[in-house]
Amino acid sequence: MKRAALLGLALPLVLSTAVYASEVAPLDVSYDDAGAVAVSLSGVTGDAVAGKEVMTSRGLGNCVACHAVTALADVPFHGEIGPPLDGAGSRWSEAELRGIVANSKMTFEDSMMPSFYKTKGYIRPGDAFTGKAAEGDELPPLLTAQQIEDVVAYLMTLKE
Amino acid sequence: MKNQKILGLIGLTAACSIGFGAIAGPADDSLVINGETEIVTKTTAPAYIDGLSEIYSGWHFREADTRVMQADDFDNPGMLGVEAAKDVWSEVDGSEGKACASCHDDPASMAGVRTQMPKFNEAKGTMYTMEMYINDCRTERMGAEAWGWDDSDMINMTALISSVSRGLPMSVAVDGPAAPFWEQGKEMYYTRYGQLELSCANCHEDNYGNYIRADHLSQGQINGFPVYRLKSADLSSIHNRFKGCIRDTRAETFKPGSPEFIALELYVASRGNGLSVEGPSVRN
Ligand code: HEC
Ligand code: HEC
Repeated sequence: MKRAALLGLALPLVLSTAVYASEVAPLDVSYDDAGAVAVSLSGVTGDAVAGKEVMTSRGLGNCVACHAVTALADVPFHGEIGPPLDGAGSRWSEAELRGIVANSKMTFEDSMMPSFYKTKGYIRPGDAFTGKAAEGDELPPLLTAQQIEDVVAYLMTLKE
Repeated sequence: MKNQKILGLIGLTAACSIGFGAIAGPADDSLVINGETEIVTKTTAPAYIDGLSEIYSGWHFREADTRVMQADDFDNPGMLGVEAAKDVWSEVDGSEGKACASCHDDPASMAGVRTQMPKFNEAKGTMYTMEMYINDCRTERMGAEAWGWDDSDMINMTALISSVSRGLPMSVAVDGPAAPFWEQGKEMYYTRYGQLELSCANCHEDNYGNYIRADHLSQGQINGFPVYRLKSADLSSIHNRFKGCIRDTRAETFKPGSPEFIALELYVASRGNGLSVEGPSVRN
């Protein structure tokens, strides 16, 4: 944390991805035994409207590829791979949802759901959808800390 | 135009599926080509495939108008590739002054070939796909240039050779010298590649019949290859499809013709043993 803050101060214009003082890096996230993550990943409150965009955009979370959400019925083509997310905000706490979105495998063993805030430990990782090998040994996570917080804020609006 | 219409139809079905618990699954339908060739599109899974009890051709998961297109050679755009290959079949090429027809007479003499592919080539001591047999004929017997795996000449020729096996059951050998290749392919099938950490089995074994966004997942069978894809308006090879599916997991893919894809082809073909050869089929 300290280091991130210092770097942030020293090189604010050089860093390509903004690193905030209170941002938790993907490798530093602490999951409890049930897979929940208590602390905000970005340190900034999530924005449900931005979260909705992440949920429905192909280039971002594309959550509706696998999950149906009645509240998002204006967006076409919802998948049937995972359970419908209606009522997710009543079924799960904010910390649990953060854990599920950041790395679902900590909550659901061997889940098919991708881990959105994970950067290492892949088999033949590619450079996005190019089919070419990824460069470097850590990939950018599928979603940023703030995007995860935004999605969690949106999920919390899905009440039974 | 065609594409538009098909997308429209998918839209409808997908919209219904948002209604939760609506029917997805394989279409209840049967395929007879040109009113005479009965196609087995659904049968009992081979005993060595643990994850499936019934096997279905990808045909069952396409929209009604796409399914109908495959039932008549005049409507199946993939047959244009077959026609083109028939011309090439009797065209002399290379230093030996030979055509395919010089050694094999009529393309009908190839009936049954596709059902065995890929197979272990004793003389070469390795697993051989149809593309490799075709290229051996070209380079060793005709003195002609090898075709690239995804050249249209190659794909068209595989379409022609597949087409004369339509209706015959796929029956690749999985034992004897094929066994280690089959094991390698099986291991790949269950490997969760890429940043999305998805295996073939995640989509095509655990979720066939379900929609993933607008796509209706099939079992990923290859009895219909080469496949005419309405989306790209051309014939597509087995390895090209594998490449696309692995790329979609945000992984580094393998190359068409690579040893990995040859092993995977054997394993995936064996998952469809018992389904009729359908190539060239029509998919979206
Ligand atoms: C490739 C498929 C896939 C994608 C993409 C996906 N999920 Fe999931 N998700 C699943 C599956 C499957 C489960 C069920 C858990 C399990 O048993 O593995 C699940 C479970 C969940 C749950 C718990 C469901 C409940 O109500 O009990 C939540 C919440 C969730 N996902 C949110 C999301 C969000 C948010 C995104 C996008 C940022 C997303 N998912 C993307 C497949 C997916
Ligand atoms: C993220 C999901 C996903 C994964 C993982 C995946 N595929 Fe696919 N695959 C699809 C979709 C979507 C289609 C098009 C619809 C269909 O036919 O299922 C498709 C189509 C196919 C087809 C064409 C079937 C036909 O009848 O035209 C084959 C063959 C295939 N996949 C094989 C594979 C193999 C082998 C792997 C693993 C190396 C794999 N797929 C991994 C989603 C996936």
